[in-house]
Amino acid sequence: MEIVCPAGTPAALRAAVKAGAHTVYCGFADETNARNFPGLNFERDEMRESIARAHEHGAKVLIAINTYPRAGAEALWHRAVADAAGCGADAIILADPGLLAFAAREFPDLRRHLSVQAAAANADIINFYAAEFGVKRVVLPRVLSVPEIAAINAETDVETEVFVFGGLCVMAEGRCSLSSYATGKSPNMNGVCSPASHVEYREEAGRLDARLGGYTIHRVGAGEPAPYPTLCKGCFTAGDKTGHLFEDPVSLNAEALMPALQKAGVTALKIEGRQRSVSYVSQVVRNFRAAVDALEAGLPMPEGMLARLSEGQAGTTGAYKKTWR
Amino acid sequence: MELTVGAVQFFWKPEQWAEFHAELADVPVDRVVLGELVCSKRLPFYQDLIPDAVARLQAAGKEVVLTSLALITLKRERKLTAELAGMGCEVEINDLTALSYLPEGAAFSVGALVNVYNEGTLNWLADKGARRICLPPELPLASIEALAKAGAARGVAIEVWGHGRLPLAISGRCYHSRLYNRPKDNCQYACEEDPDGRPVETLEGQSFLAINGVQTLSDSHACAARQVEKLRAAGVSALRLSPQSKGFADLCRGYRAVLEGTMSAEALVADLIASDPDLRLSDGFIDGARGVDWSGLREPA
Repeated sequence: MEIVCPAGTPAALRAAVKAGAHTVYCGFADETNARNFPGLNFERDEMRESIARAHEHGAKVLIAINTYPRAGAEALWHRAVADAAGCGADAIILADPGLLAFAAREFPDLRRHLSVQAAAANADIINFYAAEFGVKRVVLPRVLSVPEIAAINAETDVETEVFVFGGLCVMAEGRCSLSSYATGKSPNMNGVCSPASHVEYREEAGRLDARLGGYTIHRVGAGEPAPYPTLCKGCFTAGDKTGHLFEDPVSLNAEALMPALQKAGVTALKIEGRQRSVSYVSQVVRNFRAAVDALEAGLPMPEGMLARLSEGQAGTTGAYKKTWR
Repeated sequence: MELTVGAVQFFWKPEQWAEFHAELADVPVDRVVLGELVCSKRLPFYQDLIPDAVARLQAAGKEVVLTSLALITLKRERKLTAELAGMGCEVEINDLTALSYLPEGAAFSVGALVNVYNEGTLNWLADKGARRICLPPELPLASIEALAKAGAARGVAIEVWGHGRLPLAISGRCYHSRLYNRPKDNCQYACEEDPDGRPVETLEGQSFLAINGVQTLSDSHACAARQVEKLRAAGVSALRLSPQSKGFADLCRGYRAVLEGTMSAEALVADLIASDPDLRLSDGFIDGARGVDWSGLREPA
């Protein structure tokens, strides 16, 4: 299986390639991609140089252009597609049907992957995207169990890529406007979710409150570690129950499921985290590459290698196990 | 402008579902969307009531449309969706999967849960046969204007979320089940207890969201009453009113009066708040900094 690794900066891309990434994905430094964070992503010349360098080392580079173009401003997204082709990208990762149609029409030779932000969750829609836009690979949404992924692979020739490590959307990706409801910043339109610009920590009376857009969604004792206030992983009250009603502050760690995912016919394993540091990317990529190599060689998998890198110290296998639902 | 009644988002008892739609026949709305949007497990409880509701609403001169599910994953959901095309009504797709089953060239509608953010996607859908699109609720007025213009050029009517709790997210996980520590497969239909969703508050008691099975809604009821003139000027052809368990017929009549100019938006807002003092309204997605924002006063003047 192919390891698809995140790179938020040219330095992270170099580190990922050095650590054994088969493929790296990244985005341009603007609102065309779903990790539009300050100080992150690639200028055009950085992208061109980084791709050339990755190719020298036999690694592929995918460019995510996976937000939904703004009405009246599609030219910005069209330019990103054209520049991805010009920079020598191995594929682009798109979510918006209009943009897919544009790319298929104007740059038919540039390979197209369907972003997780399109949340294509069954074989019929995946085959439809392939027929309409020539999509060669789909990044599956994090709502599917491993048997469902196997069933999809049995019904499609489109390659499947699944997330195995890092941040975890609880909602169907690209179909959530919790963040824009509370902060005005939207994953689909602005490429950000629960943005740091709207986070506020307040310490009083021996406790630390974390607020997002004025809503208090975490509370810990002073001095305790406070998780980042991502909306779907906040603490809320419904009736007489208070807790993490949507999801605990966990992140995805499906390393133990790698053999099952291989058996399910998955082509590529994706690691989330373009916002992560160079050392984090190096470590995660090295570990996953070792695990994949062991798997392909029929050797036992190294166990629990990544647990300590997980956000909030707790890992979940998410929807891959059906009981998650 | 016209009024469309969206599909019921909640799990209502069959009697309540039937009564609601029977009453709608006498309410001044132009179009009604029927069927299950949120969870395929609910449909068997009321699907036999749908043909009667269709017949009654059509006899009353309403256009009737059948919705697809918002998130289609299971085999039986795919089958159910494929069958929609043969039921004699126009289909409203709320997951693009539904489009893959429609006969080539069949006219269809697009619901608020399909991501139509720009002209390119609108044109692609128009090529496929879309004749009406209810835009995603999070779109700002500038996008609505651009899309209404593009829609006019293609003969696609543009509809905007007019009133009701906002559908903010859909998930594979059922939050009602999670609330009761039940697996989704044994949910025991916990969502039936909450005909308008289960309110979710923050740690400081701020009203924030509402849980509805696999769906997450806003606490506030979106209300486009104060935006009607701007939306009309933008070329929007209909407002979508989302069913709620109480006072819905009056709400429809109020919006009709506002559209016809016989009632002011402020008077409608005052009536809405008077009928439910706990009601929180929002129109921030259309014209505010955040979706939750409200352009009017909290209390009637």
